[in-house]
Amino acid sequence: MSLEHQDAPTTPAGRTNDGAPASLTHGAGASVTMPPRGPEPQPRGAVVRGNRPIDQEEAAKRFMAAPEHLAMHDQRLWDLRQKRDRQKDTIEEWEELRQLASDIKTHTLTHLDTYLEQFEKNATANGVKVRWAKDAAEHNSIVAGILRSKNAKRLIKSKSMLTEECGFREAMAEAGVDVVETDLGERIQQLDNENPSHVVVPAVHKLRTDVAEVFSKTIGSDPNNSDVSYLTEQQREHTRPLILNADAGMTGCNFAVAETGSVVVCTNEGNADLSANTTGLHIVSVGIEKIIPNLNTLAVFVRMLSRSALGSPITQYTSHFRGPRRGAEMHIVIVDNGRTERLGMEKFWTSLKCIRCGACMNTCPVFRRSGGLSYGATYAGPIGLIIDPTFNRHKYSTLPFSSTMNGSCTNVCPVKINIHEQIASWRQVLAETHEIPAFKKTMMKAAGMLLASPKLYRASLPMADSALRYLPRFVIYNKMNTWTRGREMPHIPKETFHQWYKRTRGVNGKKK
Amino acid sequence: MSSTDSRAAIFAAIRANRPNIQPPLPEVPLFDEKAPSDLVPAFSEMLVKMGGAVLDPQGLDSLSALRSAVAGKGIIATCVPELHGDPSLQIRQILPDMDPRSLSDVEIGVVRAAFGVAETGSLCLTDDELIVNTAGYLPQHLIVLLDPAQIVANLHNAYRRPEFREHNYAVFQTGPSATADIEGVLIHGAQGVRSLRVLFCPKQN
Repeated sequence: MSLEHQDAPTTPAGRTNDGAPASLTHGAGASVTMPPRGPEPQPRGAVVRGNRPIDQEEAAKRFMAAPEHLAMHDQRLWDLRQKRDRQKDTIEEWEELRQLASDIKTHTLTHLDTYLEQFEKNATANGVKVRWAKDAAEHNSIVAGILRSKNAKRLIKSKSMLTEECGFREAMAEAGVDVVETDLGERIQQLDNENPSHVVVPAVHKLRTDVAEVFSKTIGSDPNNSDVSYLTEQQREHTRPLILNADAGMTGCNFAVAETGSVVVCTNEGNADLSANTTGLHIVSVGIEKIIPNLNTLAVFVRMLSRSALGSPITQYTSHFRGPRRGAEMHIVIVDNGRTERLGMEKFWTSLKCIRCGACMNTCPVFRRSGGLSYGATYAGPIGLIIDPTFNRHKYSTLPFSSTMNGSCTNVCPVKINIHEQIASWRQVLAETHEIPAFKKTMMKAAGMLLASPKLYRASLPMADSALRYLPRFVIYNKMNTWTRGREMPHIPKETFHQWYKRTRGVNGKKK
Repeated sequence: MSSTDSRAAIFAAIRANRPNIQPPLPEVPLFDEKAPSDLVPAFSEMLVKMGGAVLDPQGLDSLSALRSAVAGKGIIATCVPELHGDPSLQIRQILPDMDPRSLSDVEIGVVRAAFGVAETGSLCLTDDELIVNTAGYLPQHLIVLLDPAQIVANLHNAYRRPEFREHNYAVFQTGPSATADIEGVLIHGAQGVRSLRVLFCPKQN
């Protein structure tokens, strides 16, 4: 936005203060009073209405109607994707590492009981108290119980998608525990009462002016100062006393190593280490799928996580918590919350391999143009499309349709989850269980007939191509065709491959 | 449901639902055939890329360089023997029974790394080196002593070392605390230290 628009316009000559025409009728007097324009307001996420299916399209449309947010978001995430590519290119064995990572996860998930038992045994031997939670509510009540037993009211924590999944902060508010997120992005989102929009960069959908507004209202920073160094420093200064006065600390877990009973946490800010090491109580939330067999396999994942996520060789801090500090307590809560059920889904169980790097989000054209909050679920982007319906098939029934099926997510996934194929499988499953809208069903039925018959498909192509060439723009770029929203159609070839082949090679395949 | 009941329910569900295949655990190679013989330049290059710096002794011996880097800079917290017994410095010795919060007013922390990783420019610090773990996070700045002989080629080699089996806390620190959470602008000193410098210095025994 250019700066001249930011000055509040004065009432033009010939207008009264409320904008009504006065006696003057010449040019200047005829112009209306424009409302003052500040920075572009942040588009908010999907409207969640109970159990009703999320309208991702509606929220995406609002995101795309905010040009500055859209441009920053798209560029920032594409930049992360490009940095990831540059890192990948420096590692000769990258593809080998991806295969190893995928195979290690396959092995571990098919031997999950063995490794969980080993992890529990070793962690317990190290002096850690291990508990088990079947679902979100049990996780929250176990943590509340531990805090209550220590009379802990002030909890500092680092980012954890599992605690987001569990609605942890809301539950703690009810239990009278004051939770402070210590990751900058997560703190911004907490102060703005919004969910993280991305698993690695929670506030990536916000402009610095949005952050300045949030901070000015909550931690008393200067509302007109949106300098990033200033905002970051404001958060550091505001959070530090909260860290020093906390009663307990909490972290998530990136990897739980069965061989040693340790949990590994990766951050760039060092906030997990502060959360874990400053108070006398460290609580760790771990999803059952975070287990890996041993330290040799840990190396594979640590080499890939930050390279895939942010395009940096490693996070600034990779922390290994094997047992409590002298004089302190360490508790680990191991959580199922739908994971064992997912393990039994033939087409979808490999989604449990996910290490939450966010590479699929960064590369996804839909995610980059719609923002993570448009998905109205804990997990956004391609990985969200295949995980969210396992939590609630009806509410998230529309999400698997928010994909162009380009397969880029699958190509960048460090653990080789066939994300785009699972998206297609979900569409099928949802269609079979009548969870998809009637309009999409009709379209898919027609497409299905066409694609099932090679003859019909080939016959339809030249027609569709020439139609695309001659149809007026408004027919192709209309409301029904969501594909062309924010996107140009590809250049139409003059003839199809089969027409070219027939023309140049004839019927017997020999060159004419 | 008690945590024990939930444990039983989770294991029962895993055994009932897990895919019926038995793929082996793959062997993980070391991937270090092409590692350079001198790992110090590779380590230093990555350290700088990750926002850290090498403390250049500028002709001094390493201990004199360390003393001049911390002299007059406020409270220095350390447990390295190299800095002990110098009355001209404001040294606070880190002791095992210290309150972790008591290091919040420290300007510079000085610690020794167990080893370094050339692939990433990372330093491994354990609870043996830190004594009080917050010594790696609450000071405004950190100086890390690293024995140049204690650098491994990559993370595969790093994880074969004993530190991760023997210590309750071990961390790879790679440069200072950083964030790019607002519009991708990189800022050092998010919650932890604002700067991290490495001084190459063989360990005295």
